[in-house]
Amino acid sequence: MKQIYLDNQSNTKLDERVLDAMMPFFVEYYGNPQSIYSLGSISKDALETARQQVASLINADAKEIVFTASGTESNNLAIKGIADALKSNGKHIIVSAIEHFSVLNSVKRLKNEGFEVSFIPVDARGNIDEYELKKALRKDTILVSIQYANSEVGTVQEIKKLVSIVKKSDNTSNFIVFHTDAVSACGTISVDVRDLDIDALTLSASVMYGPKGAAALYIKKGVKINSQMDGGVQENFKRSGTENIPAIVGFGMACEIAKKEIIRNSEIVQKLRNKLIAELPKKIEHIYLNGAQENRLPGNINFSIEFVEGEALFLLLDAKGIMAASGSACANKNLKLSHVLTAMNIDVAVGQGSILFTLSKFNTEEDINYILEEFPKVVKRLRDMSPLYSYFTKTGKRKTAGPGTDFDDHSHHCDIEE
Amino acid sequence: MPFYSEKVMEHFANPRNVGEIKDADGIGEVGNPVCGDMMTFYIKVKDNKIEDVKFKTFGCGAAIAVSSMVSEMVLGKTIEEVMSLTNADVAKSLGGLPPNKMHCSNLGADALHKAIENYKSKRGK
Repeated sequence: MKQIYLDNQSNTKLDERVLDAMMPFFVEYYGNPQSIYSLGSISKDALETARQQVASLINADAKEIVFTASGTESNNLAIKGIADALKSNGKHIIVSAIEHFSVLNSVKRLKNEGFEVSFIPVDARGNIDEYELKKALRKDTILVSIQYANSEVGTVQEIKKLVSIVKKSDNTSNFIVFHTDAVSACGTISVDVRDLDIDALTLSASVMYGPKGAAALYIKKGVKINSQMDGGVQENFKRSGTENIPAIVGFGMACEIAKKEIIRNSEIVQKLRNKLIAELPKKIEHIYLNGAQENRLPGNINFSIEFVEGEALFLLLDAKGIMAASGSACANKNLKLSHVLTAMNIDVAVGQGSILFTLSKFNTEEDINYILEEFPKVVKRLRDMSPLYSYFTKTGKRKTAGPGTDFDDHSHHCDIEE
Repeated sequence: MPFYSEKVMEHFANPRNVGEIKDADGIGEVGNPVCGDMMTFYIKVKDNKIEDVKFKTFGCGAAIAVSSMVSEMVLGKTIEEVMSLTNADVAKSLGGLPPNKMHCSNLGADALHKAIENYKSKRGK
């Protein structure tokens, strides 16, 4: 059976050139980079080459790169480490409502420890509300963290503009650190830390054709951060623990390849994305694009398909060899509609039918044609058994949900897992 | 291990008794699109037994599999037997459900019980 992988926002296939670069570092050059015998120096050289490759992708200095094990770890280090280092200046932190859980749960912990957190809302397309950001800035604000692009709905923020709003605000008195989680952007679209004037940035290998287990935090020279792990000298004491050399070498190679091929790849992927976004609504009625129309990640397609549920959609797609994702409540382990769709104020009932396709450089036009052929059949099949759809076809009306509607009286079971 | 049991996937992929009954003796609707699942069950009753059953379901894989399984379990059963059907019975017949999907099995039995109440109230008039 055909296998079409379209969940590249969660993980990408490794580029074989990356694998080739990694291979010697498992059984041949396995020395600890902190040791000064020859095997150790080879690892140390490889580590520093990778640091240079990663820095070069985002136009940073190699000294500004700290290697970690995942995007989650980088975000934890950034949020908690910067907050801890700057807490004597103030205890106010600003994040957006659509951040990754590693940011949201980090600030949740800080809140329990006495920090105050403001959440900036987004509009219906997932763009940060600039007015709310301006309003949220205070004398005791020390840190702002707003993601570069959203992996679920693809919206790319105007980070440069947001940084300048924060840096130029009259309401503030501290030096405010601006961190951006750029995991879904780096390697896909060009990111330049100097041009953005950003203080800290998270990027990860696993979504840019690199291996799992390697990520980085860029911290601008002079920005204070406290380590979150106590140990040895590694990463200049900012992140102790023996370096995962094979993965870091792979990360470096992934960055080098990305830098060379980013424009070509994003053009190819964007063309495929545009075709799917243009053609699906011609084949399926009552479907709505989630996220930005223009400033959108090249490989991101997120539609809400009315009258059907997202998990059922992706299970039937999986049976056809198409691997996708969904933001529906039933597809989430916590049985809640994705926090991103919720923040965008997407109608809850419609959001249940969200389906997410994220393309990579390995996808082809043939893949897109196969989806265009199979996906409408899957939707039809589920609509044919949907009571919401038969009600709509018979009456021309939608069953609405929420207080004071058709479903006001029996919403009991949905909160069962709270 | 796959997320769903083979039995769940089989019922989800080939659901039994999908549809509506125009002159149904009882209709039961439960669920809520906000939670992501909603079921409507239609029954025909003859000699105190379920002569025919059809359903339409909006929901995840588990919700659809539960609907299909419940419809199979109650066909030909007496009203009393159907009323004593529990959510645990349905989940068990499906070879178990993931813990966060157990509420779907509640919906299946609830929808049928509601259809029977609807049948009884119509007959009472």
